[in-house]
Amino acid sequence: MATIEQTNEVGAPASRGGSPGHDPHATATGVTNLKLGMWLFLASDCLFFGAFIATYLLYRGRDTVGVGPKELFDIPFTSATSFILLMSSLTMVLALAAIQRNDIRRLRIWLLATALLGATFIAGQVFEFTEFNREGLNLTTNLFGSSFFVTTGFHGAHVTAGIIWLMSLWGLASRGRLTQKDSERVEIAGLYWHFVDVVWIVIFTVVYLVPQPGPTGS
Amino acid sequence: MTTVTGALTTARRPFILRRPMKTTGVSSWFTTIDHKKIGIMYGSAALIFFLVGGLEALLIRLQLAGPNGTVVSAAQYNELFTMHGTTMVFLVGMPMAVGIGNYFIPIMIGARDVAFPRLNAFGFYVVCAGAIFLYSSWIPGINGVPNGGWFGYTPLSDTPMTAGFLPGHGPDFWTIGIIMLGIGSTTSAINFIVTILNMRAPGMTLMRMPVFVWMMLVVAFLTVFAMPIITVALIMVFFDRSYGTLFFQPAAGGDPLLYQHLFWLFGHPEVYILILPGMGIVSEILPVFSRKPLFGYAVVVFSGIAIGFLGWGVWAHHMFATGLGPVAISAFAVSTMLIAVPTGVKIFNWLSTVWRGSVQLTTAMLFSLGFIAMFTIGGLSGVLHSVVPADTQQTDTYFVVAHFHYVLFGGLMLAVFGGMYYWLPKVFGRMLNERLGKLNFWTMLIGFNLTFFPMHFVGLYGMPRRTYRYDSGLGWDVWNLVETIGAFIIAMSTLIFLTNVIVSIKLKRGAVAGNDPWDGRTLEWTTSSPPPEYNFADIPEVEARDAFWHDKYTEDDEGRLVPLPSGGADAGGGGGQQHHIHMPSPSFYPLVMAAGLIPLGYAAVYRSFVWLGIGALTLLYGLYAWAIEPATEPEPESAPARTPEPAV
Repeated sequence: MATIEQTNEVGAPASRGGSPGHDPHATATGVTNLKLGMWLFLASDCLFFGAFIATYLLYRGRDTVGVGPKELFDIPFTSATSFILLMSSLTMVLALAAIQRNDIRRLRIWLLATALLGATFIAGQVFEFTEFNREGLNLTTNLFGSSFFVTTGFHGAHVTAGIIWLMSLWGLASRGRLTQKDSERVEIAGLYWHFVDVVWIVIFTVVYLVPQPGPTGS
Repeated sequence: MTTVTGALTTARRPFILRRPMKTTGVSSWFTTIDHKKIGIMYGSAALIFFLVGGLEALLIRLQLAGPNGTVVSAAQYNELFTMHGTTMVFLVGMPMAVGIGNYFIPIMIGARDVAFPRLNAFGFYVVCAGAIFLYSSWIPGINGVPNGGWFGYTPLSDTPMTAGFLPGHGPDFWTIGIIMLGIGSTTSAINFIVTILNMRAPGMTLMRMPVFVWMMLVVAFLTVFAMPIITVALIMVFFDRSYGTLFFQPAAGGDPLLYQHLFWLFGHPEVYILILPGMGIVSEILPVFSRKPLFGYAVVVFSGIAIGFLGWGVWAHHMFATGLGPVAISAFAVSTMLIAVPTGVKIFNWLSTVWRGSVQLTTAMLFSLGFIAMFTIGGLSGVLHSVVPADTQQTDTYFVVAHFHYVLFGGLMLAVFGGMYYWLPKVFGRMLNERLGKLNFWTMLIGFNLTFFPMHFVGLYGMPRRTYRYDSGLGWDVWNLVETIGAFIIAMSTLIFLTNVIVSIKLKRGAVAGNDPWDGRTLEWTTSSPPPEYNFADIPEVEARDAFWHDKYTEDDEGRLVPLPSGGADAGGGGGQQHHIHMPSPSFYPLVMAAGLIPLGYAAVYRSFVWLGIGALTLLYGLYAWAIEPATEPEPESAPARTPEPAV
C-alpha cells in the first residue's frame, strides 16, 4: 500500500484538502485521520474474530454427537472459493491504482470485479452452508455446528458489508462523484477489504486445514 | 427526526434532510457536532443515570436495612442489582469520563475539534440509544428487565428463553443493550486516539501532554481492544438463547467457564477503563492547588501505560474460586501483585506533588485528596485478592462489594466530583459555591465510608453478595443499618451538589469565572470561559509541559516562582481579534443512524422482521446520507474565493 501511495503526487487525500476549519497541514503522525481511524477499527475487529476463533479452537474435537468436520469439509471446493476471495484483493489494489491515476473507467471496472469476486465467495459460502445443513449440521447439532456457523457466518457478514460498500463506491464513481482527490475513500475501503481477506486466511487455515483431532467421525 | 424537514434551499440533494446550520437554540443540540456541546451532553446523561443508578442502590439498601426486609421481592431485587451495576459501569462511569474527555482533550492539546466530529455525535447517540433500549425493559408487559447480574454469567443467563433459569427477555435486553453501548464506546475511543495522536498543536509532543490526556489515550486503547471480546461473548449468549446454539451448554460439552474468561478478559481492562480517567483528573488538580508541577510526570505516564498493559494479564483473579488449577492461579496471583506496583507508584507521585506545596484546600483539591485516601484503601483490599486462599474466602461476599466501591466510587466518582468543581467554571463561566462544595465533600466522604467500610466487616463475617434478605442474629444487622444510613447521606450529598450546580450556574449566583480562575497550568485555561466554538483563534505554539504555567511564571536562582510581566496574555486564546474560522457543519445523521439501532435491538429480542425493517432502513438512510454530505458545508458568502467543492 505504501508504495502505491508514494506514486500519488497529484491527488492529496480528501480529508487534507481544503477546509480551513481543519488543520490543513499534515497530521502529527503523518497518517490521515481517516486512515488511522480505520486501522484502529480493524485492530478492534481482530479481537472480535480472535475471540470467535479461540472459541472454535477450544471446542474442537469435543463433540460426541452429530456430523463433524471430517465428514463435511470439501477442502478443494473451499480452497477454490478462498482463492477467489484472495484474487479480489488484487482487483482491489488495481481499483486503488486506477483512481490514483484518475482513470475512472478502470476504477469502475475493478471495483465491480472486486465486488463480484466477493459475491462469488459468498455464493460459495451459501452453497456450503446449505450443503452442510442437508447433511445434518445446523446451529443446534453440536458444538462444531454452533462455532462453525457463527464464526464463518460473521466473516460472511463482513464480506457482505464490504460488497455493499464497494458497490456504493461504484455507484458514486458511475455518477462522476468519485474522482482522483477522493482516492482515500477507495483506499479505506481497500484496507477493510484486505483485512477481511486476511481474516479468511486465518479462518480457512485454522478451521479447515489444521487436522481435526478427537473421536468425531473417526 | 422527520419534523425538521424544512424548505429545501439546496435542492441538489433531494433525499437528504436540509443541512442544519443553526448553532444556537434547543434544536441545535440535536445536530451539534461541537465536541464541547457533546461533552456537556455526555456529562449530563451520565449525571442523570448516576441519579437513576443511585435510586436503585437506595432501594437495595432499604431492602437490606434490617433482617428479612420486605421492600422488594427476590425477583425485583435481582433486577435492581443487575441494573444498578450495569448502569453505574456502562451509563455513568464510561460516559462521564468520555464526556470530560470530549470537552477537554481537544482544548488541552491545542486543537479546534476532534478528529471525527460527526462520529463523535454518533457515539453519544448510540450510548443514548443503548440506555433507552436497556431501560425500556421496565415498560410494563415487556417482562424483560435484566436480572442476571451485570456480568450475566452462564449458564444462568444462557438457557433458552422458553425454558430456563431466567425466563422472560431480561438477558436478551441486557446482551443487546451492552453490545449497543459497546459500539458507542468503541467509536468514541477511536475518535480519542486519532484526535490525541494526530491533532496536537505544534510543540505539543507526547511527553508534554497533560496527564489526563495520557490516561484517556490509554483508556481509549483499552476500550478498542476490550469491547470486541465482550461483544463476542454476548453474541454467543444471545445465540444460545435465541437460536439454540450450544456455546455455553454444559450438557452438550459447552463450557460456561469460557464465558467467564471472555467476560473478565473484557471486565478487568474495563476496571482500568473506569479508574484511569479518575487518576488523570486528580493528576491535573493536585499540581494546580499545590502550585507545583506533578512529581515525576514521566513515571506517572509510564505507570499508566504499564497498568494498561498489565491489565490484560490479571483477569482470572476474578475466577480463583472456579478451580483453574494451581499453575494458572499462581500466575494470576503474581500478575495481580505486580499490577499493584505501578498503581502504588502513582499514589506516591501524588503525595510527593502535594508535599511542601502551597496547598489551597479548594473543594476540587479536597475531592482529589479524598480520592487518594479512598483509592488507597480500595487498592489495598484489591491486592488482598492476589492472596488466593484469602480470595477464595472472600469471593462472592460483601468484602468484594466493599473493595470495588472503594475503587469506583471512592476512586472514580470522587475524582469526577473534583473534576466538576475544577472544570465546570470553564464549561459554564461561573464558579461553583465553595461553601456548599465543602459541605458536599465532607458529607460525601462520611456517607461513603459509612456505607462501604462496614461491608468489609459483614463480608468477612460471611454475608454473601446479591442476597436479597438475611436472617437476624448473624452479626450483620447493625452494620447493614449503618450502611443504609450512609447511603442516604450520599444521596443527600448528591442533592447538595445538584443544588450547587443549579444555584451557581443556572441561577447565575456563582462568581464570574474569568479565563483562569485557579491560576491553571494547562491550555484550557488560556481560553475564555466558556471557550469559543473554535477553541483557539490562533493555534497555540507549545514550548513546555504545563505550557500555560510557563507563559505566566519563571523561576529565580533559588527556585522561587517569579511572575512574568506579560502574565500569559500573549498565550493564544479566545480573547484575541475575531478570525474567520470555518468549522465543520452540524448534521442530523449521527442521530438518525443511532436511532436506527433501537428498532434493531427490538428486532433481535423479538425476532421481528417489522422492527428489523424499520431499524435497517433508518440506519442505512442515516449512513448513506452521512457518507454523501460533506463534513463541512461550503460557506454561503465566503469571503475568500474558494472553488466550490463537489458534494461528495
